[in-house]
Amino acid sequence: MKKLLAALLASAMVLSLAACGSSSSTTSTTAAAAAATEAAQEAAPEASAEPAETIKIGFAFPMSGTAAMAGKYSTHGADVLKEALGGVIEVNGVEHPVEFIYADTEGSEEKTTNVYQKLIEEEEVIAIVGPDASKCALAAGPIAQNAGCPNVATFATNTAVTETGNYIFRACFIDPFQGSVAAAYCEEQGYKTACIMFNNADAYAVGLKDAFIENFDGEVLGIEEYSGSDVKDYNVQLTKLAVQNPDMLLLPNLNVELGLQIQQARSAGLTCPIVCGDSADTPDVANVAGDAIDGVAYVSAFSAESTAPAAKEFVDAYVALYPDELPNSNAELTYEATKMVVSAIQNAKTLDRDGVRDAIEAIDGLELPSGSMTMDATTRNPIKGGVIMQYDSEGVTHFVSSVNP
Amino acid sequence: MKKIVLLLQKLSPFIGCLIFYIVVTVLRSHKIINGYYMQVLMFAGVNVMMTVSLNLVNGFTGQFCIGHAGFMSLGAYGSAVVTTLIFKGSHFTGVAQLPVFLLSLLCGGTVAALVGCLIGIPSLRLKGDYLAIVTLAFGEIVRALLRLIQPIGGARGMIGIPNYSSFGRILFFVALTLWLVRNLIYSPFGRAFIAIRDNEIAADAMGINTTKYKILSFCIAAFIAGVAGGLYAHVLCFIQPDSFGFTKSSDFLVYLYAGGSGSLTGSVIGAVLLTILPEMLRFLADWRLVLYALILVAVMLYRSEGLCGGKEVPFLKVKRASLYKEPIFGAKKNAAKNG
Amino acid sequence: MASILQFLVYGLQLGSVYALLALGYTMVYGIVGMINTAHGDFLMIGALSTFFIAKAFESINADGTYPMLIVGLIILISMMFTGGIAVTVEAIAYRPLRYKPRMIALITAVGVSMFLENFPRALPFIGPNPRPFPTLFINRTFNVLGASITSTQLIMIVLSAVTMIALDRFVAKTKIGGQMRAVSMDKDAANLMGINVNKVISITFFIGGALAAVSGICYASAYPQVEVYMGSWLGNMSFVAAVLGGIGDIRGAMLGGFILGIAQIFATAINSTFGYAVGFIILIIILLVKPAGIMGTLTIEKV
Repeated sequence: MKKLLAALLASAMVLSLAACGSSSSTTSTTAAAAAATEAAQEAAPEASAEPAETIKIGFAFPMSGTAAMAGKYSTHGADVLKEALGGVIEVNGVEHPVEFIYADTEGSEEKTTNVYQKLIEEEEVIAIVGPDASKCALAAGPIAQNAGCPNVATFATNTAVTETGNYIFRACFIDPFQGSVAAAYCEEQGYKTACIMFNNADAYAVGLKDAFIENFDGEVLGIEEYSGSDVKDYNVQLTKLAVQNPDMLLLPNLNVELGLQIQQARSAGLTCPIVCGDSADTPDVANVAGDAIDGVAYVSAFSAESTAPAAKEFVDAYVALYPDELPNSNAELTYEATKMVVSAIQNAKTLDRDGVRDAIEAIDGLELPSGSMTMDATTRNPIKGGVIMQYDSEGVTHFVSSVNP
Repeated sequence: MKKIVLLLQKLSPFIGCLIFYIVVTVLRSHKIINGYYMQVLMFAGVNVMMTVSLNLVNGFTGQFCIGHAGFMSLGAYGSAVVTTLIFKGSHFTGVAQLPVFLLSLLCGGTVAALVGCLIGIPSLRLKGDYLAIVTLAFGEIVRALLRLIQPIGGARGMIGIPNYSSFGRILFFVALTLWLVRNLIYSPFGRAFIAIRDNEIAADAMGINTTKYKILSFCIAAFIAGVAGGLYAHVLCFIQPDSFGFTKSSDFLVYLYAGGSGSLTGSVIGAVLLTILPEMLRFLADWRLVLYALILVAVMLYRSEGLCGGKEVPFLKVKRASLYKEPIFGAKKNAAKNG
Repeated sequence: MASILQFLVYGLQLGSVYALLALGYTMVYGIVGMINTAHGDFLMIGALSTFFIAKAFESINADGTYPMLIVGLIILISMMFTGGIAVTVEAIAYRPLRYKPRMIALITAVGVSMFLENFPRALPFIGPNPRPFPTLFINRTFNVLGASITSTQLIMIVLSAVTMIALDRFVAKTKIGGQMRAVSMDKDAANLMGINVNKVISITFFIGGALAAVSGICYASAYPQVEVYMGSWLGNMSFVAAVLGGIGDIRGAMLGGFILGIAQIFATAINSTFGYAVGFIILIIILLVKPAGIMGTLTIEKV
């Protein structure tokens, strides 16, 4: 009798589980629908309302954890625009106070999804800028997509990021493009043979390596790997590559790793030119590498030497705000992503998330530090050219060529 | 009457979770708690499962596993392969979703349990810290190998995992875990585990097959961790090997011992509170993790037996008054001896 | 042949960092019986403080090198500072837990480690950026049988060997070393014999912290980049090394460190794709053969 009762209760539990699953999904959809109508109702009278509503823009960066440096530069990049705006955005002649909300992702996917939920549900931001890592963007993207909140990722170069849905955009270029830029540059320089050392634990490095191999016409003599940013000893791999005596060495790795790699490559006897991805665009790489930095070339979207007014304005404003440092690629991409969102808010037909999304998609010829940018409406990637930059012996970067494969 | 009380007590984890579910659903429908809280609660649920399973190995059997995230990753990948690769592209809705999801979780759990057995075998020869670094090494090996398997995305991770985990489902599995582990530790198996923890040689002398029970403990814990990993993968919709590193394993250790090891209540409270705490400290910006660390140290200094101090709330206990006059767990002399 | 010798040099270089750190780890373990997960962060504090101290001495450093005397002074100050931090941490966070289960101390150490990493990270003048480490040692390259060895590598390898021997003798011969052994055997009995247990443990932590500072300086000289998160992974690796050698044993820690470093380097040299995993597989195999570590002996438990 008791066993029968227990069995009955257990089956009731399983049924309730099924009910839980379906009921929770229905409640969430009705809640979402309710939120949507509410947002629409709010948005409609808002245009005519006298006290201008505060516009909130959310930012998701790793401010702690091993990627904390990227987060620091990113917040600084956003701060430059915040300063320039002076706390207000003018939309259709109405001055709206603007608020930037920074949230720490710790560089973890799990925390990034929390941050997105907080920004979307609690802070009710109009758009989210960030995160910088593809893994975080991939994990949190569906949340922004389902909530209908436009999201401009800063440094998420993985192709799949914007494929999540039509609310996800990015400010950087994608792995295949960067790989083809690097390959085109190497062919232009007449490099016939290449060696590669990459971080097999990192999606950025793997993606860039694959794209390079696909596009490079010369011969890849040797590929060596290491596992994770914690490993600081690359001597073995580099010594083995030095034996191959290649025309060039590709280091498609993260900025915290590059300085030591460049230095160890030189002391291991690799005298060939070194080519890196856009992560090398950080003053810290040159600082750590010291003399070895001389001649290292990298792909970038932006040249600090550029005389274009937008670029000069950005660099000057940055240095004025943070006198001790120069902007790196994280700062620059965050600035661009934020600028995209701000200009979309100004041009939005309706001042809500959907309006901003449509306006980001419609961006055409926006003047950014990296040049005039147009959004590709089908892939939601920016259409921009790549440039090759090179470090000199002082660790100062110089423009080499612009490549558009 | 007495029988009904007994039955209620037997099913108390389910009843407790059901009440919690109803409360949360009501609050949610009144918009008192939003999607952000739901998300954090979902992660808290997964963490509760992980902590309870770790408690089985570390707290009840007295072994020392510091690579628990390795089992979680196996479960996450195992179940994600079923829902994402085997049933490729067909995202089930409605009734068909549940069996597929359950199958995937079962798969994830089984993979983790098999490997758990495998890692349980060295524990026959190794003790304490030596076992600990084998589990640490195991976690690192799993992570390093997952990065190299291209069909599941390698280092780039797996994308497009369907969003099958809902708050209700996670809560159901939390209840199931608590019910299972509670019944287990109050069964002859559980007494064997505790005997091994308290003194392995004495347990051996009493005729307990310590080998069998140690492997069993690892296996069950790995299975639960695998299921938790499966749920985690279907909340996040994206997994990659590096999410399951040593940092994650040490998170679970912190939840376990800050909550109080050898107590299921402690595991639940530790995991839930410490998952929520860093989120509550978000207003501190840069100083958030500094304060979190200080709070953690303060808790350990002022309540070093853990928040629950080895005590158990009544509904997680099974009364066997004739056998035990005192609570089995939390007797301080045992704790001091084993740690 | 030459390349094998070269890899051996790299292995010794990596191994000496693990070994130096593992020495401190194993000493603390042997005497207090706790796994101090914050030990790796003492290394970071050593390296970071050296960076700032060297910066303060920069005016003397005209031609890019520091005079030997100044280098010695910098290292000494950094050792004192890190040792002081270690003693403070012990007094505040670990001492109240001395008679509690050792897992409690482990979790406290996790909290301490989180604090030591995030506090400097949140300080505006330190922050998360990696910094170039100043060249303290003379950099010269020697050629031995076709393998090149730098003076930094030589200094590291010799330093760890000397430290190991000195520490071993210190514990075996001196009065305070004897007190340490007594405390590690039985705290209460040592107390009854008139040994100031608190003092002995403080000294142990000071030595551990100072050694961590030395290993931090060595590590940062070989891989010249300092940042606040550099210690946590190294701490884990040195824990592994200490256990591999037989935890609590000074010679074992040294041996474990070198074996781990060489195993990792050779596994990477054979196949860099699997190198990382293979390093750990070797570790498991060694432990299955020697379940109490290389130098440890299995103690027979009695009920």
